[in-house]
Amino acid sequence: MEFFRIHKDIPFMKHALVFNVISLVTFVLAVFFLATKGLHFSVEFTGGTLMEVSYSEPPNLEKLRESLAKEGYQDAQVQNFGSARDVLIRLPNRDGMETGKVSEKVMANLATLEGPKAEMRRVEFVGPQVGKELASDGAMALLLVIGGIVAYLAMRFEWRFAVSAIIANLHDVIIILGFFALFQWEFSLPVLAATLAVLGYSVNESVVVFDRVRETFKKKRGLSTPEVLDHAITSTISRTIITHGSTQAMVLSMLLFGGETLYYFSLALTIGICFGIYSSVLVASPLVMWLGVSREQFMQVKKDKEEAVV
Amino acid sequence: MNRYPLWKNLLIGLVLLWGLIYTLPNFYGEVPAVQVSSGKATLKLDASATQKRVEESLAAAGIQHDGLFSDLNSVRARFRDTDTQLKAKDAIEKAFNPDAADPSYVVALNLLSASPQWLTNIGALPMYLGLDLRGGVHFLLQVDMKGAVTKRLDATTGDLRTLLRDKNVRHAGITRENQTVVIKFRDTESQTRARAVITAGTNDLQLVEGQDGADFKITATLTPLAQKSIQEFALKQNITTLHNRINELGVAEPVIQQQGVDRIVVQLPGVQDVAKAKDILGRTATLEIRMVDDTPGALEAAVGGAIPPGTEVYNDREGRPLLVKKQVVLTGERLTDAQPGFDGQTHEAAVHLTLDSAGARIFKDVTRENINKRMAILLIEKGKGEVVTAPVIRGEIGGGRVQISGKMSSEEATDTALLLRAGSLAAPMEIIEERTIGPSLGAENISKGFHSTLWGFVAIGIFMCAYYMLFGFVSVVALASNLLLLIALLSLLQATLTLPGIAAIALTLGMAIDANVLINERIREELRNGSSPQAAITAGYDRAFDTILDSNVTTLIAGVALLVFGSGPVRGFAVVHCLGILTSMFSAILVSRGLVNLIYGKKRKLDKLSIGQVWKPGN
Repeated sequence: MEFFRIHKDIPFMKHALVFNVISLVTFVLAVFFLATKGLHFSVEFTGGTLMEVSYSEPPNLEKLRESLAKEGYQDAQVQNFGSARDVLIRLPNRDGMETGKVSEKVMANLATLEGPKAEMRRVEFVGPQVGKELASDGAMALLLVIGGIVAYLAMRFEWRFAVSAIIANLHDVIIILGFFALFQWEFSLPVLAATLAVLGYSVNESVVVFDRVRETFKKKRGLSTPEVLDHAITSTISRTIITHGSTQAMVLSMLLFGGETLYYFSLALTIGICFGIYSSVLVASPLVMWLGVSREQFMQVKKDKEEAVV
Repeated sequence: MNRYPLWKNLLIGLVLLWGLIYTLPNFYGEVPAVQVSSGKATLKLDASATQKRVEESLAAAGIQHDGLFSDLNSVRARFRDTDTQLKAKDAIEKAFNPDAADPSYVVALNLLSASPQWLTNIGALPMYLGLDLRGGVHFLLQVDMKGAVTKRLDATTGDLRTLLRDKNVRHAGITRENQTVVIKFRDTESQTRARAVITAGTNDLQLVEGQDGADFKITATLTPLAQKSIQEFALKQNITTLHNRINELGVAEPVIQQQGVDRIVVQLPGVQDVAKAKDILGRTATLEIRMVDDTPGALEAAVGGAIPPGTEVYNDREGRPLLVKKQVVLTGERLTDAQPGFDGQTHEAAVHLTLDSAGARIFKDVTRENINKRMAILLIEKGKGEVVTAPVIRGEIGGGRVQISGKMSSEEATDTALLLRAGSLAAPMEIIEERTIGPSLGAENISKGFHSTLWGFVAIGIFMCAYYMLFGFVSVVALASNLLLLIALLSLLQATLTLPGIAAIALTLGMAIDANVLINERIREELRNGSSPQAAITAGYDRAFDTILDSNVTTLIAGVALLVFGSGPVRGFAVVHCLGILTSMFSAILVSRGLVNLIYGKKRKLDKLSIGQVWKPGN
């Protein structure tokens, strides 16, 4: 089997402007949704109590709500999740309450209700001080990733590559966040992990193309910069599609079999992989071109670092 | 020629064998077990003697075990089924803790790996499952460090008073103001002398001289170094106290660890009674010993509202008021143990206290100077104090062994001792994060994680074999060996595996195949350009290496960032992700090349590679 039978290099760079406009529009939309709708943060970030209880037969949610309201939890969110027998209860943190004991009180309250008895499946309580730290830690992690990747690529390639790769891939991250804002999917810690993993993963994608660009510049004289980029993208496209297909097969498997906890995690990865291909190939490469990459830059590198030459 | 030297083949073989051995324990599953460990800080477990006792008690009850194991801190016995396990627990409990009210040993139900002894002996253990996979409670406790410093400053205030009095330096009052101690003087001469005396007496204070109206003053703050050591001590002390408290719960493998500067993580696998666990952890009691002000009439005046300066009113356990001086003689951190017992002569119930050496010295001085006066032992819980007991000092007590007795039932003595022990937290704590996972959810999470990885792997495997033929098969073997090494490494490091960790395994596998795709595509490309098969293999692997390295390093940067800044589920993800990138480099490059070399390396005349169809333009 050979899926990709390409006679000539595909002239990607001719349409570079179109790709970048598409990408810019998506980006602006993502920012728009982030700004207007905001992210639906999970309990880990906002602080509060989250409880998952399971019943042997479907309970009456209205009664649950009433009973909790009587106890003083008017702001409790009660909803089904997964099946009608599983109930998710969310309670925000409130000042002056012993927040650490909320879950026991709620369980005691549920036990007083008539009908099937609740079985406690999961409790998550996060105090107000932890949430803030998580947000700042997340931001620090993001900065570290950006700094690290830019530094590494600048060292191994050229600053133009580093800058284009990071711009292209940060735009993936924003788009993932935009999706989460638009659909109000829950943004939890695993989703944050997935987002950062995507950043590393799609930079990896750009690196493969850049590697080819560097090699083509060195080996094939007489090609213009857009032609070099076209050649590099065309000759790696088969690998790009197959690799992403394989990774996506794994992620899809998680999406299907992983259950509630891994659902949004794999959803973030799916979006990240799709946009990762697009941005690292069709956005990063034009950016490199517009930043003015040329053969001479690699000839200089060649003298300095003999061992880096392929 | 595509041949690896012998040593390289051997190395690959050995690494894979190592991976296989350390992965093995994960396949054996778990059997019910009973674990015996020490329930008291003072009781050192003698493993061989304990093991013998366990064996005897089981034999006496006629219960068969499937093997006994012991390490430094515990003895464990395996059983065939949970019924036997429960019976055995009762039998062992009876033999080891004849007095149920005061257990010396923790006898807990546990699960042990069913892997053979020789694997355990070489340190091959199954992966350590996180709470989201095995069920249990996770707490994050915040230690109130400001409280710890304030407490130390209160004690310092008293120390300075004693010091200045001993050296005959006159002052006009010593008070603690927020995080500083202020000493006032009438003249500069005493100010200068005091400074000299204090500097000679302690290294922990930074002194700043100043003037306050007509008075001269010295403002003392704790040096950053002293503050740091106080905080470190407070944290350590709290961890020790938590250990003792958690022993009461009878949890088989509790985890109590420092996290950051001022936090403690407590994980109790398998605990279902969260309310009790919280109750025991949440007893934020601190202990203080202070002198009682028994000046006639003072107490009555204080109850009436005119509290004499430097004193406070506290109630004792029966609700009677008591006037207690503000100055703290000793805090709970000086108390190393408190046990109920009996007076050697009168056979009255008593509580025996043991103080550390610094505490013993202070106690000796205080008792010498205050014979026939009363001292109060205060338990301060959630900001409210209560006098546990207020005994009269009969004589000077040296050596750090203190006995409180008189008009106490033995039950009261036990209670008091327990309260005193519970009070030895150096600083108050608060639960700031809780995660409870029911056991059924844990088992479900394992199966979900397992199935996600399995089906993803199968899909990739089928595709690779179909698309790249033999080279695809080699890639899949390399991917499988990656999985093997990753699990072996996780088992060896005993890193905690969580559900996000399993997700990271799946994702890492999905990403690791990239390296093999790169290689295979390169080989096809070389073939397309007319290279001979052997040359194509060499060129394919060599050219792909740079790309693989670059792309793995960038992925690793993201992984390390997550590891550094991540907490909880993110960290579990990051650990596996980073390890997986490292193992994938090994398996994708060395293992797959080794296999390809074994298959094709020796063939001199090779005209075709089984790498699927290589399409050439123009054909």
